[in-house]
Amino acid sequence: MLTFEYFLQQLVTGLANGMLITLVAIGYTLVYGIVEIINFAHGDVFMLGAFSSVTTLQALGAQAVKRVANKDQSPIPETYLWLLIALVTSMVFCATLNVLIERLAYRRLRRGSRMAPLISAIGVSFILQNVGIYWKGVSPVNFPRYIPQIDLVKAMGIDSFVRVTTKDVFVLIVTVPLVIALTLFIQRTKLGKAMRATAQDRDAAQLMGIDTNRTIALTFLLGGALAGAAGLVSGLYNNTAGFQMGFSYGLNSFTAAVLGGIGNLNGAMLGGVFIGILAAMSDGYLDARWTPVVIFGTLNLVLIIRPSGILGQDLAERA
Amino acid sequence: MSASASPARVIGSVVLEVTDVHTYYGNIHALQGVSISVREREIVTLLGSNGAGKSTTLKTISGLLRPRQGTVKLRGETLNNVPAHQIVRRGICQSPEGRHVFPRLSVDENLAMGAFIHNDTKQVAIDRERVLDLFPRLRERLRQKAGTLSGGEQQMLAIGRAMMGRPTVLLLDEPSMGLSPLLTDVIFDAIKEINHSGVTVVVVEQNAQLALSIADRGYVMQTGRIVLTDTADSLVKNEMVRKAYLGEE
Ligand SMILES: Nc1ncnc2c1ncn2[C@@H]1O[C@H](COP(=O)(O)OP(=O)(O)OP(=O)(O)O)[C@@H](O)[C@H]1O
Ligand SMILES: [Mg+2]
Repeated sequence: MLTFEYFLQQLVTGLANGMLITLVAIGYTLVYGIVEIINFAHGDVFMLGAFSSVTTLQALGAQAVKRVANKDQSPIPETYLWLLIALVTSMVFCATLNVLIERLAYRRLRRGSRMAPLISAIGVSFILQNVGIYWKGVSPVNFPRYIPQIDLVKAMGIDSFVRVTTKDVFVLIVTVPLVIALTLFIQRTKLGKAMRATAQDRDAAQLMGIDTNRTIALTFLLGGALAGAAGLVSGLYNNTAGFQMGFSYGLNSFTAAVLGGIGNLNGAMLGGVFIGILAAMSDGYLDARWTPVVIFGTLNLVLIIRPSGILGQDLAERA
Repeated sequence: MSASASPARVIGSVVLEVTDVHTYYGNIHALQGVSISVREREIVTLLGSNGAGKSTTLKTISGLLRPRQGTVKLRGETLNNVPAHQIVRRGICQSPEGRHVFPRLSVDENLAMGAFIHNDTKQVAIDRERVLDLFPRLRERLRQKAGTLSGGEQQMLAIGRAMMGRPTVLLLDEPSMGLSPLLTDVIFDAIKEINHSGVTVVVVEQNAQLALSIADRGYVMQTGRIVLTDTADSLVKNEMVRKAYLGEE
């Protein structure tokens, strides 16, 4: 029974982390799907989203931080408003940033060799990391503890080793609606369909009267916005942010996107949740040291069996 | 038989005018001074062997390619600096060579993309009904992914999708490519019907016999140039056309 509860515990942690990974993975997959560029700077956009959230939250309510620092105390009502403001600010900031990156670093290289945008992406990644260092320094910054860590299982009067805290729930409350909203936008709206059309056949999309430069910019905008949301949520979840977080989260998210089948939205979700849970299980049953080995080992295995990822189309199908 | 025999069609004034157009792919000089003029409600066909520059001509008209020299004019307005997605709004729609339907969108979504530039939902629904009446096969497959359609069905979809844009000039690039004679007839009947509803048609074809049977006039291209132009009736009788494109010794 205890071992099953332990398993459940890792599952909860894995799910929360997996949803964060998913938000970032969607940014990789959407961009790859439409322009076939691996936006290596995407993880760093996420990192800057976390930084912008720290700045916003600190500016909004320095004294609120003190009041909720004691973790059993429930947050004051204004906190919710501030969190919302920080969320929107971070999303807008990262969306704008990502659109600018596309405009300045990728658009002109789109018709050239495949290497050019890739190298440009790595360059942008370095630039953003240095912006991060300039902004918040090299040592990790403490994230304001806005979300109290209350065990909801215990609060409901159930005696169990499994802890589902308010933090876990917070992650799901922010990420799940965003993912659903994005999916609906892409599946149902005319602009979402135009994005898919552009991804599938850019010239044909132009013949429909679709301004493909704008749909591509829109794709970067959406990916950036989700990364911004992930930046805030991960900061509040882990209570820390640092300039390298873009690299580590980015790598996991990119892996998730590839595992699920890069270019495929459902694949990014599946891959994100899968990597989150896999990492939590490896942390819990093996050792955190082994987690990268487990993750990349699994990636290798999957790619050997299905080179285009779990839900990815074969190249022939994509063409 | 020439479609001009129909009493319902009245050929109007010049609507599309291509003048001395030169188009390049990098250093490859693909169009070397192409001039074509198309009048309202005409069916004009562009003939020529592989690599002659027929597709390049259509792409230059629809704005996917830019002429380095020369002009493309629609009703007197030059299109040279109008981006492709805006040219559609001026009334030129294209069904590209190889169909290029959106493979992972459903048939219905493909049609919706054809109407991307239109926001009047009611008229779009009417247009959609018209297209589905024109190609009843598509009606049975509305939810199916376009990539899973047969070649003939994809061709119907490509033409139907172009019609959703409400073209005044419809450009068709090899609509019979890879189709059985039976399906080819279906497609060409549809083209005639579209034309009779008042749409000007420019059709590129390998099947010269078929194209000339519905066209009013034709142009023959060779290595980036127009080498011959005449009425369809005269082209069918033309010695060179018979030898090169109608498979006669
Ligand atoms: N993307 C491209 N890059 C370089 N050259 C090209 C490209 N597309 C076409 N060409 C060249 O331009 C010339 C005209 O090609 P185009 O496709 O217009 O011919 P076409 O008359 O449509 O032939 P087909 O009957 O085979 O479709 C050819 O010599 C072709 O090799
Ligand atoms: Mg061609």
